[in-house]
Amino acid sequence: MHLDHGTAYPERHTHGAGPLRADGSRRALRIGLGGPVGSGKTATVAALCRALRAELSMAVVTNDIYTREDAEFLLREAVLPPERITAVETGACPHTAIRDDISANLEAVEELEEALGPLDLILVESGGDNLTATFSRGLADAQVFVIDVAGGDDIPRKGGPGVTTADLLVVNKTDLAPHVGSDLDRMARDAADQRGPLPVVFQSLRGADGVAPVAAWVREQYAAWAVR
Amino acid sequence: MGGPAALLVLADGRFPAGGHAHSGGAEAACKAGRIRDAASLEDYCRGRLHTAGLTSAGLAAAAALGLDTALLDAAADARTPAPALRTAARRLGRQLLRAARAAWPCPELDALATAFPRGAHQPVVLGATARAAGLGPADAAHLAAYESISGPATATVRLLGLDPFEASGVLARLAGEADAVAGRAEAAARAALAEGPGALPAASSPLLEIAAQAHAAWPVRLFAS
Repeated sequence: MHLDHGTAYPERHTHGAGPLRADGSRRALRIGLGGPVGSGKTATVAALCRALRAELSMAVVTNDIYTREDAEFLLREAVLPPERITAVETGACPHTAIRDDISANLEAVEELEEALGPLDLILVESGGDNLTATFSRGLADAQVFVIDVAGGDDIPRKGGPGVTTADLLVVNKTDLAPHVGSDLDRMARDAADQRGPLPVVFQSLRGADGVAPVAAWVREQYAAWAVR
Repeated sequence: MGGPAALLVLADGRFPAGGHAHSGGAEAACKAGRIRDAASLEDYCRGRLHTAGLTSAGLAAAAALGLDTALLDAAADARTPAPALRTAARRLGRQLLRAARAAWPCPELDALATAFPRGAHQPVVLGATARAAGLGPADAAHLAAYESISGPATATVRLLGLDPFEASGVLARLAGEADAVAGRAEAAARAALAEGPGALPAASSPLLEIAAQAHAAWPVRLFAS
């Protein structure tokens, strides 16, 4: 394993799936959100939906590990109409469903597009997993890896494919840092060492508009996708 | 013609056709205490092999021989009483077809996707895929028979923490029976060429069907079926 160098995974790309659907219309941009259990993936998805739903036609696919709780949280919070949220079952292996065998997630994405008509953006939320979980480029056009300060401020230093290669690293729950003794400066330095020029966002969803930097990044991804 | 290696590609558990999220009824059987250890897993797999496995193998062999897939899909429906299992079979069929069209692109598989936009039954797609890969009815029957036991065995390793060596031992001990089931299925498929799908095996296990229907309504579960 090469978990400790930023250059361990310099090029992971197979190409993302083509931009057109079978009927010739343009498919939605697909952004994957992965990361450990409890780091705030679902909360980030909910906040992104609230921030972006007025400007983009959106849908969400959740990959719950053994329940429908993530999907139900999003439904309960009414971040999107229920027909825009769907759950995929992963057979106890969340990383398999987003990387090694993406067929169920692709089905879910395509069913949403068939049912709802053309969409701009689909967020695919992974089940909570470990630091090696990444999305296949056949499923996600770009991926966000969400960790939190309470999970230990050594996670950026430990690296791993999620931290090292995700298109955006989000360090969540910064409001908890003083309470759990996490050093945000150290996390930022370690993340920069691991990721080189790839962006990192420190976020707290407790404050007003805490998701704004990630939402801005998603807008950039969409703008780049729209002209591809 | 496809050789043994093409068969291995299709039989590989890493072939991305969605099976990893399904337990072949093992989750319900573990919860009910019908699978507790290697011995009861073996009993379960033997039962599934000679019922659902035999039926699937017949359908797959018939599709590999080139029987009409619409007729075979209707025959599969008739042999699958539980709506939850029909839904799972169609979903898995559609997922398999996606992988198959990428691996062995051909007009026949494209036509199957067009004819069944919501998915055809998985054994029918499996047989059509074997055909596209240049494999024969015996190969397709072996694939279906083996899948009918390998799925529950793998799932039980995850569900019960069963020793994976014991699970593989179960599969190895059942291999001879799986060969025999595949042989019966292939013979029936050849008969179905002349007599129609009515000649195909129609073995089923009521408990598998009932448990699958109940499982589909569980609020908390690890596997889709």
